[in-house]
Amino acid sequence: MRSSALPPRILVLHAGVVALLFALNFVLPEYHHAVLARVMLLSVFAMGYNILFGYTGLLSLGHAMFFAAGLYGAGLSVYHLGWSIPAGLAAGIACGAALSTAIGLLALRTTGVAFMIVTMMFAQVFYLLTFYFAEWTGGDDGIVLSQEIRRFFVGDFYLNLTDPTTRYLLALAIFAIVLFATLIAVRSSFGRVLVAIRENEDRARMLGYDTFANKLAAVVLSGTICATAGAAYALLFGYAGSTFAGVQYSILPLLWVLLGGAATTLGPFIGTLFMYYVIDITSSYTSAYLLIVGIALILLVLFFPKGILGTIRARWAGWLP
Amino acid sequence: MAFGPHLLLATLEGLVTSAVLALMALGLSLVFGVMRVVNVAHGEFFMLGAVLAWWIASLVSGHPAIGFLAALAISPLIVGAVAFAADRLVLRRLNYEPEATIVATIGLLYIIQQLALTFYGPQARPVDAPFTYRILFPWFGYSGYKLSIIATSALLLIFTWFVLTRTRIGLVMRATQYDRETAQAFGIPVGRVYAGVFALGAMLAAIAAVLIVPITQAHYLMGLNPLLLSFIVVIIGGLGSLRGTVVAALLIGVSDGVISAFFSPTLAKIIATLAVAMVLVFRPQGLFGSAAK
Repeated sequence: MRSSALPPRILVLHAGVVALLFALNFVLPEYHHAVLARVMLLSVFAMGYNILFGYTGLLSLGHAMFFAAGLYGAGLSVYHLGWSIPAGLAAGIACGAALSTAIGLLALRTTGVAFMIVTMMFAQVFYLLTFYFAEWTGGDDGIVLSQEIRRFFVGDFYLNLTDPTTRYLLALAIFAIVLFATLIAVRSSFGRVLVAIRENEDRARMLGYDTFANKLAAVVLSGTICATAGAAYALLFGYAGSTFAGVQYSILPLLWVLLGGAATTLGPFIGTLFMYYVIDITSSYTSAYLLIVGIALILLVLFFPKGILGTIRARWAGWLP
Repeated sequence: MAFGPHLLLATLEGLVTSAVLALMALGLSLVFGVMRVVNVAHGEFFMLGAVLAWWIASLVSGHPAIGFLAALAISPLIVGAVAFAADRLVLRRLNYEPEATIVATIGLLYIIQQLALTFYGPQARPVDAPFTYRILFPWFGYSGYKLSIIATSALLLIFTWFVLTRTRIGLVMRATQYDRETAQAFGIPVGRVYAGVFALGAMLAAIAAVLIVPITQAHYLMGLNPLLLSFIVVIIGGLGSLRGTVVAALLIGVSDGVISAFFSPTLAKIIATLAVAMVLVFRPQGLFGSAAK
């Protein structure tokens, strides 16, 4: 199948979202500005999850390990080895790619329920390892990257990661790159094969596709994107702790993607943004935000399984990617 | 203490863990076997059982045994009712699709955990053991109550085995497990069997919790570790196999006790979890289960 060029309205929609986020940089009040920078990085995490869950139909309960691989890959190499920030980012992404390749090779031998449990267990091992090596990772307290480390030159170009505007624009840059990368990936023949595997793996195999290789590529792509989000998160916000490797951070991307709409390119961002504010607003009334997460999960699977964008696509706008 | 008695102590502790784990894993295994549902909220049913046990025992005055027995009788019933309601209100409407039910039980996990935190609080509270008799070995004294847990669990396991293999209820459950549609065609109320099995699974977890709570204290986060251990047990034992579950619970419980006594508990958990993930990857039917039909 030939990968078609992007139709104009899809291009306009995605470019419009990026442009809108860029414009918001100049008008948003301080608090919401900071929230949006965080949400953009977390939605990169969700976009990575969406590749595997939404498009390939593989439900992983262990994606926190990929996010944390990027987080620690970047954080530890900068903190302990004194690497520069760009080198740290590259190290984080490389860690994610390596880990997702290894996990993919093992976990993809299983299917269905076993795949979910295996990914959950590998993530649990990763989580426990962050405690076992608490001497380096700081365990629950984590490590904090000092402000001096996060001010640096790239060539002649001075970057100050403690400055909110720089942080926002870098988060937006990563968000935009990953958004267009996923858009291109899912519209390519590779993306179509993933959807074919999701819909009917036996048939895809019968048609001559190497389903294992394609699923492995999906795991690696997904894990690497999640690690990118984690690495950027550690460097931009200067913190890496084992909370991010916990089971909760495997569940959250699932929730975000379900809410925004699985197998939609913009759904992860909408889901993350919506859920972040739901939790933010409710937590000013009650500390019981996990209750909201729980109820949201159940209501979503019961009444709203396609999520926000999925429903819009099914009812009104069939062209949405 | 010399190595021998130390090992004996570690083994006894491991046996207590095994006894509780076997009950809990049996509940998880039944639910998976009959309904094909992976119940991620199983650990929270365990926690709920313990928290309710504390609450019930605190309402009863007099000898600790009265409070404990009241908790043992009532707590599993309440937990079973909660699980029954969860099945009717949520799982049934999802048609027991594997992915949707996993997401829904994750939701249930958070709801129960948060409600426990809100209404019970972050403290860890004990329930008094029904009796405090100590059995004296030549090297150390050992709680008679802990040994009674092992005996109680063994009795309950034998009872469950009897119900599953020798009674009409068990026959109906096995028929539903074997072929849902044919069972329905023969007039078995599959929906009610499912709700009953889900409640029964939760009750087994709650019983396990009531038995252990005089030793470990009730806490709103106590569910996660037993959940992971039960997954491990069910996977090693082969999903849906009663004998495999018991053997695996013994294996995991005792080795966990012995390894934790001599090595770092975190390392023990890492090795156990990794080993089980590998079992699932390379031998999906479990060590004792037979290949899938």
